[in-house]
Amino acid sequence: MEKSRKLIISVASGKGGTGKTTIAVNLALSLSNVQLIDCDVEEPDCHIFIKPVIESRHTIFIPVPVVNQNKCDGCGRCQEVCLYNAIAVVNKEVIIFPELCHGCGSCTYFCPHKAIEEEKKEIGIVEIGKSGETQFVHGKLNVGMMMSPPVIRAVKKHINKKKTAIIDAPPGTSCPVITAIKDTDFVILVTEPTPFGLNDLILAAEVVRKMRLPFGVIINRSDLGNKKTDEYCARENIPVLMRIPFSKKIAEIYSRGDLIIKVLPEYNKEFQELYKKIEQVKVNPT
Amino acid sequence: MKQIVIISGKGGTGKTVITGAFAALARDKVMADCDVDAADLYLILDPEVKESHIFKSGVTAFMHRELCEGCGVCKTVCRFDAVRDDFTIDPISCEGCGFCSFACPQNAIDMRTNISGELFISDTRFGPLVYAKLGIAEENSGKLVSLVRQKAKEIAEDKNYQWVIIDGSPGIGCPVIASITGVDCAVIVIEPTLSGLHDAKRVLGVTEHFKVPVKIIINKYDLNHDMTKKIERWFKDRNIKILGKVIFDEAVVKSIVEGKTIIEYSNNQVTETLRIIWRLLEEELEGAN
Repeated sequence: MEKSRKLIISVASGKGGTGKTTIAVNLALSLSNVQLIDCDVEEPDCHIFIKPVIESRHTIFIPVPVVNQNKCDGCGRCQEVCLYNAIAVVNKEVIIFPELCHGCGSCTYFCPHKAIEEEKKEIGIVEIGKSGETQFVHGKLNVGMMMSPPVIRAVKKHINKKKTAIIDAPPGTSCPVITAIKDTDFVILVTEPTPFGLNDLILAAEVVRKMRLPFGVIINRSDLGNKKTDEYCARENIPVLMRIPFSKKIAEIYSRGDLIIKVLPEYNKEFQELYKKIEQVKVNPT
Repeated sequence: MKQIVIISGKGGTGKTVITGAFAALARDKVMADCDVDAADLYLILDPEVKESHIFKSGVTAFMHRELCEGCGVCKTVCRFDAVRDDFTIDPISCEGCGFCSFACPQNAIDMRTNISGELFISDTRFGPLVYAKLGIAEENSGKLVSLVRQKAKEIAEDKNYQWVIIDGSPGIGCPVIASITGVDCAVIVIEPTLSGLHDAKRVLGVTEHFKVPVKIIINKYDLNHDMTKKIERWFKDRNIKILGKVIFDEAVVKSIVEGKTIIEYSNNQVTETLRIIWRLLEEELEGAN
């Protein structure tokens, strides 16, 4: 086992509001030589807690086709090769619906008259900075834009393999989460022990299994709910890495944008233990 | 008929609990769960499924290895990093654009239709519920949201019902946009935290972009009174109506565990506030004709 390679750990959950960001920021700041990467580009919140100094910004574009009417003879090949219905050819005139375009480049490639060029459409930004010794990267999808995966991919390009990376993923089970947790070494699924939490944990666990990624569970507000989440994890052989009981104190620390490990320093050790457990589970998967 | 959607930006602020309460309080309504990634409303509405439909959407590339000569054109043209080094397809990365299939000189790549999910039309003790399950690691949740809304609207029109009550998803992307376009009112549920307000502002940007009228509920408001005041001030300054403030109560968690809406489970300050909120919302929207 090579010891030098640092882990990329993603923090995800089916259900929103279970505590992904809390886990990601507190875990990252309890470790050294670490990068915190916020991939919840629809609602990025990590910066609220770690108050980074932003050092650089990059605008993220997706390519969208534009037709040069002088070269186009209305043959309709572009419409044929666009499986997203983002191109319609009516009376030999090409109409493009940019909001349906995924930027695959097929129309540009197949146009026999080289009449299609790609224009850049801005969909978000990536910001890179620092909070103390912690490196920080996050992305923001522009308001009104549909597709977050290209912004998430742009954020992940800044992963530094020489550092441990903690990725805060978006909630849910579809494309944005998949893009965020893809190619990570370990996934932490954060849940709460309620029927909603469990239902969404099961869905998220199925996604992670389908992607063949090792994972474990953190049960947040572990005393508000029932035992079914524990029973599920035991039955499925899923390691429970940490339990955080509900506390109005923690809720209040979170609400004002503070870190648990700053206000309650005893949690530093808990998060460092969490990291050690992940290393062990990763080396000896069940 | 009026359509109301409950959204939040940030997850876990109480969308589904509030949708469940509205389901119990409103007369003549259809419920639609548009959080198709992680649909939870059915857990407290106990639906009896009347009809289910397979949802097919999009395509995924499939490589016929016996026809492939390894020229690598597919890998060159793919922008989604979905062709592996051995020229097989990673279906999770494939966005179904078909570029590889059109470009392959051997015609070795087929595009196969995805079974992306399932849609259910059901009956509950409060009336019809339309909900869906997105297949594991499938995409196109926006299209599935549109389909759920369309079915719910059809039922409401058919039965001459007054309301379609839509449970939305967190975030500001494609499923959220699909769940808010053309509704009569979006109710944003905010918790009194810095992230709650930050995320609500972003989702408010989306409702403004699509010109959807907005009203606010502050949930668990007593977890941080200062934040609650800040949120109230922020929205009052923008002339956005705050329908009410709901107190934090562990009874809410217990009601979910019992599979009930909070309205059925208890009679306390939370249910009293939610009754007032619903009455207010009803009046405002009925007056908007």
